Amino acid sequence: MLRLLAIEFHKLRFSRSAKILVTTYFILITFIALIASIEFSFGGATFRVADQGIFNFPYIWHFNSYVAATLKLFLAIVIVSMMSNEYSNRTLKQNLIDGMSKKEFVLSKFLTVIGFALLSTIFLFIVSLILGLSFSDYTEMSIIFSDMEYLLAYFIKLSGFFTFCMFLGVLVKRSAFALGFLFIWWILESIVNGLLRWKFFRGGETADNIVQFFPLESMAILVREPFSRLNAVQTAATQLGSEFSKDYGIHWYQLLIVIIWTAIFVYLSYALLKKRDL
Amino acid sequence: METILTLNNLTKRFGPITAVKDLSFTIEKGNVYGILGPNGSGKSTTLGIVLNVVNKTSGDFQWFEGNESTHNALKKVGAIIERPNFYPYMTAAQNLKLVCKIKDVSPDKIDEKLKIVGLLDRKNSKFRTFSLGMKQRLAIASALLNDPEILILDEPTNGLDPQGIHQIREIITKIAGLGTTILLASHLLDEVEKVCTHVVIIRKGEKLYSGRVDEMNASHGFFELKASDIIKLQELLKKHPSIGKIVPKENCLTAFLNEPMEPETLNTYLFEHGLVLSQLVKRKESLEEQFLQLTNQISA
Repeated sequence: MLRLLAIEFHKLRFSRSAKILVTTYFILITFIALIASIEFSFGGATFRVADQGIFNFPYIWHFNSYVAATLKLFLAIVIVSMMSNEYSNRTLKQNLIDGMSKKEFVLSKFLTVIGFALLSTIFLFIVSLILGLSFSDYTEMSIIFSDMEYLLAYFIKLSGFFTFCMFLGVLVKRSAFALGFLFIWWILESIVNGLLRWKFFRGGETADNIVQFFPLESMAILVREPFSRLNAVQTAATQLGSEFSKDYGIHWYQLLIVIIWTAIFVYLSYALLKKRDL
Repeated sequence: METILTLNNLTKRFGPITAVKDLSFTIEKGNVYGILGPNGSGKSTTLGIVLNVVNKTSGDFQWFEGNESTHNALKKVGAIIERPNFYPYMTAAQNLKLVCKIKDVSPDKIDEKLKIVGLLDRKNSKFRTFSLGMKQRLAIASALLNDPEILILDEPTNGLDPQGIHQIREIITKIAGLGTTILLASHLLDEVEKVCTHVVIIRKGEKLYSGRVDEMNASHGFFELKASDIIKLQELLKKHPSIGKIVPKENCLTAFLNEPMEPETLNTYLFEHGLVLSQLVKRKESLEEQFLQLTNQISA
């Protein structure tokens, strides 16, 4: 396993574009801290976003994993191109001739994907911990380490998404087209989602129950948007006479759906590679 | 003798086209093999199958008497197929280091192998700055990294300039001299003739011949004869039991032998019957002529 990771690391290490994208990605995650400095005046009173409780434990776990997940596209580009470049440089062929099996090849890519997801999670944990310790109103141990399941959800979500990208890279063989395909897939899911919601199952939860099984949607709903959960927003909503009753929690079956998608994408990548003549 | 590779009734179909048909042959240690065939005869497909990049339709093959899985066996093989494939953004040395990691061998030999192919001074240049000849030489260095039991080369001189071709051939001869088994696919006959001891000839995916180069043709050679009285010469030759087909060519005759005969015997026979030759040459077919003969026999 270490050998496979070492091989993949060697391939990425010397690629300038991969290095730039990965570095940008991690720097951007640390930029979440900059939200703290946002200030705006509202009818004479000065608001500081940091004071609105977004960096309070345990809410910060939810908030940060949601915000950080939007940056995943940077790594998606790296992953798609690390797959499709093997095709366009025909190095995949050479790797196999040199004595890598197709299984090892897919495994080395998948391990890298998991590595990226794990690294992001650890990095996010550290950034959030530092931010929280500096701004949170509560710093008791038991509070700091509650609601950690958001990080687990973040990890599963990234793994699933990156594996999807990996599969698209194998399927389409050209990085630009694979990213285009990802976008088209997202539009398709949105259209079906919209149709189900507004046309076929108006009202009720049938539409939700169906779309939660779609690959991108299942990843998207793992960590729901945290903004409406803020005290300030909640209070404002109550004053306007509407009530949020949203489920922000992480559910095991949602995690399971994404894990199953991950397994399917890994298997499909392998099956595709096995079937193809190079 | 140790067997390195065995092919049994290997078949590959691409849709309606059969690229390789029921191909069987054996590669034994220490020999230099040539796979000969016109373009599109299935050479590269055959090599692709045994190198794990093309899926076979039926039949099977075995590396090293079947004691290992194909991908592990390939770690003991050095192979270059068609054009060299490396990561363009890595330097020569970085690319070779990666190959070492895949083949599970130590990277100590990188410099040594780069020296063999004459690229040591360019080891820190990026692959994308290399010319085709240099890329091809780097591919050879990469194939040699694990001191392979067998070196497989598919059209190694394709697309190179005469100087590049010469360099590659010299390297191959040098490696063959060290006793490494080599399998060389080519449509260039003189290339095969110069280095190979054994040859496998395929056409349209079918094997026409496999065996030693010098035993390739059952023919015993032919005479090229000239005399002032060419009609009498032809009549006399027809009467001789050892002579088969006679082909007139401008002002000389080519007489093919049915059984071995020395030039002196023929000369004596003709002289005794009152004919003096002005030219007598005994020749064996070159590989090219034999090859053309073989491939034409089947199509005719």
